[in-house]
Amino acid sequence: MKFQIEDVTVYFPYEHIYPEQYQYMLDLKRALDSSPSGTGAGHCLLEMPTGTGKTVALLSLILSYSLSKSPSLKLLYCTRTVHEMEKTLAELKHLLPHLPPSSSHRLLALGLSSRKNLCVNPSVIGTSSATTRDSVDSGCRRLTASWVRARAAEDTSVPTCSFFENYERVSAAEAVLLPPGVYTLEDLRGFGRAKGWCPYFLARHMIRLANVVVYSYQYLLDPKVAGVISREMQRECVVVFDEAHNIDNVCIEALSVSIRKQTLDGASRNLSRIAQEIERFEAQDAGRLRAEYNRLVEGLAQRGNLPISDTWLANPALPDDILKEAVPGNIRRAERFLAVLRRLVQYLKGRLQAERVETEGPVAFVASVRSQAGIDEKTLKFCYDRLHSLMLTLEITDTDEFLHIQTVCDFATLVGTYTRGFSIIIEPFDERMPHIPDPVLQLSCHDASLAIKPVFDRFQSVIITSGTLSPIDLYPRLLNFNPVISRSFTMSLTRDCICPMILTRGSDQLPVSTKFDMRSDPGVVRNYGRLLLEMVAAVPDGIVCFFVSYSYMDGIVNSWNEMGILQDIMQHKLVFIETQDVVETTLALDNYRKACDCGRGAVFFSVARGKVAEGIDFDRHYGRLVIMFGIPFQYTLSRILLSRLEYLRETFQIKEGDFLTFDALRQAAQCVGRVIRSKADYGMMIFADKRYAVYTRHDKRSKLPGWILSHLHDAHLNLSTDMALHIAREFLRKMAQPYNKAGVGGKKTLLSQEDLEKMGEGNVEMS
Amino acid sequence: MAGQMVINKRVKYRPSVKEAGIPGVLLMTEDKFTFTPNDPRSLARLEVDFRSIKGHMVSKDGSKDALLNLKYDIEGKSRGYIFEFDNFPDRNACRDFVGKILGKIQAMGSSGQNAQTVSAKSAAPVRGEQLSTKEMERRMKLLREDSELQKLHKQLVMSNVLTEAEFWSTRKDLLEADAQRTSKQRSGFKSAMLADVRPLTDGRSNKVTFSLTPEIIHQIFSEKPAVHQAFLSSVPSRMTEKDFWTKYCRAEYLRKTRNRMAAEAEAAEDEELAVFLKHDDILANEIRRKVRRVDPSLDMAADLGDDYMHLPDHGILRDGNKETSDLENEIPVRTFAHDINRHAAVVLEGRALDVELGDTRTVAEELARSKQAELATETSDENIDRERLERVYRMTEIDDLHDPQKLPFAPLCIKDPREYFDSQQANALKALRDTGSGTKPINLSAEEAYNFVMDQISEVLSSGLSDPVVQPETALKVLNGLSQQLSSTKYHFGKNPQESIFDGLPRKDKDELLHHWSSIQELLRHFWSSYPITTAYLYNKVLRLKDAMTDIYHKLQKLKDSAQSDFRHQISLLVQPMLQALDAAFAHYDMEQLKNSNKSRNTPNGFVQQA
Repeated sequence: MKFQIEDVTVYFPYEHIYPEQYQYMLDLKRALDSSPSGTGAGHCLLEMPTGTGKTVALLSLILSYSLSKSPSLKLLYCTRTVHEMEKTLAELKHLLPHLPPSSSHRLLALGLSSRKNLCVNPSVIGTSSATTRDSVDSGCRRLTASWVRARAAEDTSVPTCSFFENYERVSAAEAVLLPPGVYTLEDLRGFGRAKGWCPYFLARHMIRLANVVVYSYQYLLDPKVAGVISREMQRECVVVFDEAHNIDNVCIEALSVSIRKQTLDGASRNLSRIAQEIERFEAQDAGRLRAEYNRLVEGLAQRGNLPISDTWLANPALPDDILKEAVPGNIRRAERFLAVLRRLVQYLKGRLQAERVETEGPVAFVASVRSQAGIDEKTLKFCYDRLHSLMLTLEITDTDEFLHIQTVCDFATLVGTYTRGFSIIIEPFDERMPHIPDPVLQLSCHDASLAIKPVFDRFQSVIITSGTLSPIDLYPRLLNFNPVISRSFTMSLTRDCICPMILTRGSDQLPVSTKFDMRSDPGVVRNYGRLLLEMVAAVPDGIVCFFVSYSYMDGIVNSWNEMGILQDIMQHKLVFIETQDVVETTLALDNYRKACDCGRGAVFFSVARGKVAEGIDFDRHYGRLVIMFGIPFQYTLSRILLSRLEYLRETFQIKEGDFLTFDALRQAAQCVGRVIRSKADYGMMIFADKRYAVYTRHDKRSKLPGWILSHLHDAHLNLSTDMALHIAREFLRKMAQPYNKAGVGGKKTLLSQEDLEKMGEGNVEMS
Repeated sequence: MAGQMVINKRVKYRPSVKEAGIPGVLLMTEDKFTFTPNDPRSLARLEVDFRSIKGHMVSKDGSKDALLNLKYDIEGKSRGYIFEFDNFPDRNACRDFVGKILGKIQAMGSSGQNAQTVSAKSAAPVRGEQLSTKEMERRMKLLREDSELQKLHKQLVMSNVLTEAEFWSTRKDLLEADAQRTSKQRSGFKSAMLADVRPLTDGRSNKVTFSLTPEIIHQIFSEKPAVHQAFLSSVPSRMTEKDFWTKYCRAEYLRKTRNRMAAEAEAAEDEELAVFLKHDDILANEIRRKVRRVDPSLDMAADLGDDYMHLPDHGILRDGNKETSDLENEIPVRTFAHDINRHAAVVLEGRALDVELGDTRTVAEELARSKQAELATETSDENIDRERLERVYRMTEIDDLHDPQKLPFAPLCIKDPREYFDSQQANALKALRDTGSGTKPINLSAEEAYNFVMDQISEVLSSGLSDPVVQPETALKVLNGLSQQLSSTKYHFGKNPQESIFDGLPRKDKDELLHHWSSIQELLRHFWSSYPITTAYLYNKVLRLKDAMTDIYHKLQKLKDSAQSDFRHQISLLVQPMLQALDAAFAHYDMEQLKNSNKSRNTPNGFVQQA
């Protein structure tokens, strides 16, 4: 259908629209308006519950906006996972035929993912086992790295990748390679196969020209990656971060580095190899090193670029923070720089031998480096650039081998650049496994606003949206930006199709909780088990359970097995469990869906903050009930968390307790939010912990998102297992009745084109 | 077994049990066996068709001689060809072979016989039918399961209206279906995790006991391909089955007690034990294969291995959210969670075997076969990919924003509507005529018709419509009565489509009616199938049937009359078709009778002699 939002004609792929989608689009449009390709920053923060069609509303508005207002507008849609990327592209495909033909024929949209997901070379895919990291990557690089290709040019027996070679040949000749359309990863592979071109490099190239690019958060947020992949994105972009409730974590991860013993050993090996290379060069081609020296004197740290097929990460520091001046004199000579690096590695090795946990700020750390290793702050800061230059000079292109020294230089650059928002934590072992020595030196970033700042500065509109952004005023503080619009939408429901409940007591009326002193109490474990057992017998199709951590889940499942509860559960439904092995979990999920499809019914045990909770939907019959066992607090003894909390308190005046509760409840809300796909869908949510009752009290109500609270009846705030069971039965019976989709009485929950037109007129009158 | 199977064994032929054997070679093919003595001069050469063999006997395993006795009949006396084998395995191979062939021949023979008996039955009654015990059992079972049938059987057979054979001859399909059902129904996989065997301790000694049933073993094989593989490769060639399972249980015990060190030590010493503790490579391969075809909307594995996102040593390593697991263990821990997932996956696949769960070896082999078959039938990747994508595409749509999806339908296509409707009308007319509702065809010429109508008109004109055709009062009464009846019926029964008139009846009447109905069905079926009467047997049968039907007729009449007034109408409605059916049968009977008596007045018994 087609309607007007103020001066924009919006093309929407369905015959009806939810009122909140309309409102969402309206706000979005105003945010886009506020930065008419000029200086204004039209950033916004929108929370809309899951199951109200956020993605399609976003896509349809932004594309329609660009059609009618600024044709050069580009959409960068960031997702957290590949499967979310696929879903977004599928929605886009669905939208495409509804756009006016003149523009839909020009639209190019594609997803960009790793080599592993795009490679079509059978010799590369075939030899790799699907699980291990960089198997496809290294396979690809063995065939496409510039030095391999250089060798192959001389010696025809050196294997290369025909797909890449074909692509190179064609891309040199033609400007536009990919015809307009919407390309999912599978489509790209299919196209690549048909043409004999490498889809990965094709996609890398095409994102510059595409109207819509769907890729991962890191490709934009992590300066190391963004510098390589997203460097050429122009200002006229609308950046969308979907499912952005964890965006602060992605940001701080992007600027954190950890150094282990293996890293330092590797770095030492790298250094000796570099030393050999330098010697070789001095013997053969001393002019080269001299030329480099001269160039550095002139202040040109960066020189040229590596070919697209080589992996060389960009500077780990944010673009604005990189010093644009000459490399300091003491490391201009290659040997001197090498010596500096040696001293640095040696120093770090010494620090790693600490016997107790040490926490330090960057300033103190840099001071101690200066006093003990004789390396000053500025030298540290230039480590990355100097290494990059040296490697280019030495023509070392198998960069994969040099990741260790690269890590060390990244660390040095970051530590030299930033004085605030970071801390250095040295832990001799993991606190949860004190018997295994595993020393780590971590440079952890606490300030999420650092990594996202360039994105806010660079692009005209950044939209941060998710189903759970409560409390919505916290995110602008965490990310340090001023949204022009920050709004939380509630869901207008045709019927009460979500049924949240807070269960505080088991069937024996004793309280249940995962509080530290209670979680291993057999009574609590049994009560949780009985709850699930009652529910599997009463609820059809799929049930999802979330636990607070893997170790807790392992423990409780084992206890249930010993108590015989698990066997009883299996009588009713098949049981699948999320493990830390992602492949295994993927298969388990696939089987879970199959079991729900065939009517067998299944239970999925998952972990809050786990991969499943992050991005898998349990909509429709895949999830009629979610049980959240306990409150997913972070591990509060973690040093990194402690120092982050301290930083937040000092900088943003956010109280530790508040942040922890906020974080735990956003995770819980995120977990339970996965059950609703549309208003025709329905699902129940049980929060099984006595502490939830506290967070729903009026003084603390704002902690849970509004769409849950508004459906949480007062009678459901303090339930025991038997009462919850009764409510569940009633609810399921009620949901089985036919209903009027368009909504009853005065409130409309489904709008048709006519309704919208009427509303539009109403708006005109009002204004 | 399409290919000719041949068994060739060195044996001694014993003309009788007591005599010493003549050494020679026994050659068995699918239809005959030959014995060729080593001594070419010997006369004990044999060449016998298997069809003449009635049965076979063997001496017990482990007795003095390995004997096989193939029995045949000669002039009513049972004789046998006795062969002595060198060893029992040879003998057993022959025994199995002979058993198979005899079974086959018997099956062929019996089906032939069946055909014969069936044809014989129609020609002449077969009395005292020989029933195998199996057949008997099957009938008993059917009767036991179906009380209706039992009642009917009791009424008709016990009272000698029908013979046993007659009764069952119309229910052949039922018997066969039953026979098939017993073999077809396969139970799926148990939901319970049987493979998770728990040791039992007796409490006094340090001994623990594992008990494995065939079902458990089957589950272990399906869930743990490595164990399955190990079993196939090492039992019985390298160890006995018992040793194998002992080892398996030992490994399980080690795993369960989480005695990692002990497990490692044992695994290092004993490579067979290590198989059970090690990571299951077959499973890992299977996972790798399957993960390529999962739904992309949940493919979390796709996120792995992005060289820009998963840089080693970048990002936060230990913030308390992630629980790092040690991957460098010697023996990767197969956790309980893995077992549960694997179990659920296997249950979902529901791979059931055709073989009995008795012999472990056969189960193992059968499982291997079914797995191979499964691998072979896996369709090409391309198709699956496309299906997957279509699925994702469908899944992304939001249901209720759509107009309701129109279900696909095939439009009605009538090429020539006139012809179609005309033919329908003709059919309807024909049906009407066939019922013979008394409208005799009147052949009138146009002129006659015209005259007739004119006469009528003139009559009316002259005399006027003086008397009403029906008395108004009577008409009103009838109308009222009828409408009341109808409306009450409607009021009571029409409201609920599930509730029929029948359900409103008292239980006794209901049961009786049902019973009568089924017996009438049965009797009528036999009655009509007996025509044309060609034999004396059939004649007698029809007589018996007629008597029984008359009996029921009277009962029905009585039931109708005795019914309470509330239900009389309903009952008569129900009884009416039955009575009509019976009436038709009686009418037919009378007509035939008449015809026969006309045709062959001189036949004393009144039935037709075979021409």
